[in-house]
Amino acid sequence: MSTLVAVTLQINGVRHDIEIQPWRTLLEVLRETLGMTGTKRSCGEGQCGTCTVLIDGQAVNSCMYLAIEAQGKAIATIEGPPEGDAALQQIQRSFVAKGAVQCGFCTPGMVVATQALLSHNPDPCEDEIREALVGHLCRCTGYVQIVEAIQDAASQLANKGGE
Amino acid sequence: MLNKDTQREFQVLGKPTPKKDAPQKAAGRAEYADDISMPGMLHGKLLRSPHPHARIVSIDVSRAMALPGVRAVITGRDFPGVRYGNLPQTRDYLPLAIDTVRYLGEEVAAVAAVDEDTAEEAIELIHVEYEVLAATFDPEEAMKPGAPQLHGQSPGNISAHTESHFGDVEAAFAQADYVREDFFETQPVKQGMLEPHACVGLWDSFGKATLWSCKMSPYAVWRQLAMGLDIKPGDIRVVQTYVGGGFSGGKQEAMPMDFCALLLAKKTGRPVKFVHTMEEVLIIGHMRHPMKIWLKTGTTRDGRILAQHVKLLANGGAYSSIGGFSIFLAGAMINLPYRVPNMKFEADRVYTNNGFCGALRGHTVVQMCFARDSQLEMIAAELRLDPLEIRRRNAIQDGDVTPNGFRVNTFAFDECITRVAEMSDWSNKKGKLPKYRGIGFGCGAHLSGARLMGHSASTAEMRMLEDGTVHLTTGSTDVGQGVETVMSMIAAEVLGVGVDDVHYLKVDSAATPLDPGTFGSRVTLFTGNAVKQAAEEIARQLAEVAAARMGVAAEDLEFRKHEIINRKDEKQRVSLKEIVRWGMFQQGRIFSGRGSYGYSEEKIDFRTGHGNLSPAYNPTACAVEVEVDPETGQVTVVGLWGADDSGTPLNPMAVKGQVIGAAVMSIGHALYENLIRIDGKVMNPSFRDYKMPLATDMPLLANFKHSNVITWEPEGPFGAKEAGQGAGTGVIAAIANAVFDATGVRLNRLPLTPERILFGIKRLQEQNGEA
Repeated sequence: MSTLVAVTLQINGVRHDIEIQPWRTLLEVLRETLGMTGTKRSCGEGQCGTCTVLIDGQAVNSCMYLAIEAQGKAIATIEGPPEGDAALQQIQRSFVAKGAVQCGFCTPGMVVATQALLSHNPDPCEDEIREALVGHLCRCTGYVQIVEAIQDAASQLANKGGE
Repeated sequence: MLNKDTQREFQVLGKPTPKKDAPQKAAGRAEYADDISMPGMLHGKLLRSPHPHARIVSIDVSRAMALPGVRAVITGRDFPGVRYGNLPQTRDYLPLAIDTVRYLGEEVAAVAAVDEDTAEEAIELIHVEYEVLAATFDPEEAMKPGAPQLHGQSPGNISAHTESHFGDVEAAFAQADYVREDFFETQPVKQGMLEPHACVGLWDSFGKATLWSCKMSPYAVWRQLAMGLDIKPGDIRVVQTYVGGGFSGGKQEAMPMDFCALLLAKKTGRPVKFVHTMEEVLIIGHMRHPMKIWLKTGTTRDGRILAQHVKLLANGGAYSSIGGFSIFLAGAMINLPYRVPNMKFEADRVYTNNGFCGALRGHTVVQMCFARDSQLEMIAAELRLDPLEIRRRNAIQDGDVTPNGFRVNTFAFDECITRVAEMSDWSNKKGKLPKYRGIGFGCGAHLSGARLMGHSASTAEMRMLEDGTVHLTTGSTDVGQGVETVMSMIAAEVLGVGVDDVHYLKVDSAATPLDPGTFGSRVTLFTGNAVKQAAEEIARQLAEVAAARMGVAAEDLEFRKHEIINRKDEKQRVSLKEIVRWGMFQQGRIFSGRGSYGYSEEKIDFRTGHGNLSPAYNPTACAVEVEVDPETGQVTVVGLWGADDSGTPLNPMAVKGQVIGAAVMSIGHALYENLIRIDGKVMNPSFRDYKMPLATDMPLLANFKHSNVITWEPEGPFGAKEAGQGAGTGVIAAIANAVFDATGVRLNRLPLTPERILFGIKRLQEQNGEA
């Protein structure tokens, strides 16, 4: 019944040659085909942001993005590249240190969104941070500690950049 | 040496400590239930009723069974027909409906197939013949004679009734200088956790069933699974996964998906996974009770409350859940945070053909506090009293015993009010802000765990490993609030080790101690006391070995920084690890401790409402500043300042996360969250239409502050009390009071939507001849 197509995806710098049904979303392929479950599935309709990944540096909801459309593009997920990514790791450390993680279900999406924000705007003001999170729901924290974590990450990354 | 009850200088506690599991979660490595994959695993889907009330005439599953890839289909008749539930008198759930469906979305059949798409396709091939029955949606209609009846054993659709009467309200109203009555109405609100319910069931060849699931209270689920499957609890194992947000509800109890995962696993011999879509999460039961609250209060001229009389009608939906306790709690909490010398409470929870209601963060305290603190503000205005002063005059104080028997140890309510007034700059803002900008005050209270009639005790077990680290098991789950961290901190404090030296294991009914679960703000106090005891037992065992080896008295020994130290001569010290190894290797000792708390004989009389429901009580106060757009009615929360007496915060970082999280949830409840139902059909079952607060809905950080008034609660471990729910209880009234201050519009019905505010403004303009 199913029509499989061969697809090549570059995820976190690693090439994956897979066969998928052409209607599969990137989220389904990441989680089910590739077993990369760090990207979370929640609302399935682009409202909550838990499934956020980067495509060519832009944050997108992977539940709304067909995997075949991601061919030839650089996909980055919460798992990060095998060799590590300094910015990603700093953001993760800041989320931990500032108490931005409670149940943790929104956290991978929030962290990836922060990566996108800080790569485009290394010194965002509070309003810009809030705006960047507008596609992300968090029911636990009330966002305060998430905003503080992003501020911390920005300042830590700026310090490192200046060294 | 080991009694640290009076110690306030901590080595581990009291310092902001990052959550232990946060690095895993931030890296995407925490495994939630939907992340589990097993060889041969099948995927399950549920068929739901399209009718709010119907009799099931017949179910034909043959076409579904014939679909390639389908491995099994089950209906209610495949289960033993045993009803299950939370309370013995309210067992009204079935794993799948058998004869009757009572709300739109109720589970009727389930499929296991090789993948989710096939399971979904199969669901559509099941043919159910229904005989549609008359339905009832409004509690007042449902109580009338002739209304459709939902449950045979509950005439008049009364799901639960509770009443209590302390003092003499009639006499007190007769003496009162001022009496007023108001009517309030609240809406259905969902838990809104981001992780949908998910589980994996396995039934092995020895007849043992295992469920992996994101449960807050795995042992409640364990018991209910045994009831609904009619098998021995010992044949069931419930394993807790990471919990992606709970806030009570379906993660508190067994759900149809849990039963179906196990039964389908039994039928197929394969593991079966279920994951709800968010649409299913929003359609099915589990939500905050919508309530109609009639509140009559009598006071003296100077604003002292003499009596309160409350009549409450809760729209319970189709099933009981924990609803009997929900309305009991609403009545009990009238006694906090104000002195109410005479009170009468009458409440009915009514069955209707809607998704059912139960607990949600703050439980029913949230609705009651909205009503009472809104009314108190109106009373203050009428009596020309300062809104803060009327609250102070009625404030419960340390050592009070309330008419219903709450014994209040610590209750720094006055100080909470003072701090909020200072932080919010209340005196310079109240009545002085520009038009359409306003500030409001709201207060509330909560309890640190409830003593229920059934199983209330928490226990802990701990054993020391040869490297000087410890394994700690309790029955309390981390649901994001930081249990694994604070319990580890308590153990580390007693044993003089680091937080990371304590390995806190997730709940697994095959390995961890039996426990009621995570709800009612019970864990830090109940389980924390048990952990403290368990750690102290290990410390005693270690001190005995160390004392003999060092030639000193055991009671002179202290545990600090991985060392055991003679406090009388600090040069005499030995490493903890050395003593552990010496004891284990040379003496064959096992260093293990056990602790228990909450087994108290003290019980609540649920018929009269009398009894000391909790070991500890905490007050909260907050002020909210809003700006209202007079063109659209849109409310912007521009400032929120809260203060709580959470006792001694053991992990201030976690406490901050809890109080702010609770407050923000109440912003959503006050302003926009509302599960809209028309004739039993949920009209907004998506996060697009069910609006929860976003980052941009918060006040800026500079105007969003929280303060902990530090007290030493004698019942708490190291002085601690609850932090996760109380802080949300005063916020809704504060917002309603702020909207009134900004616009002159008093709204007693939630949510405070732009339309209602606009109509209110318009009405006022017409009254004033402005329009």
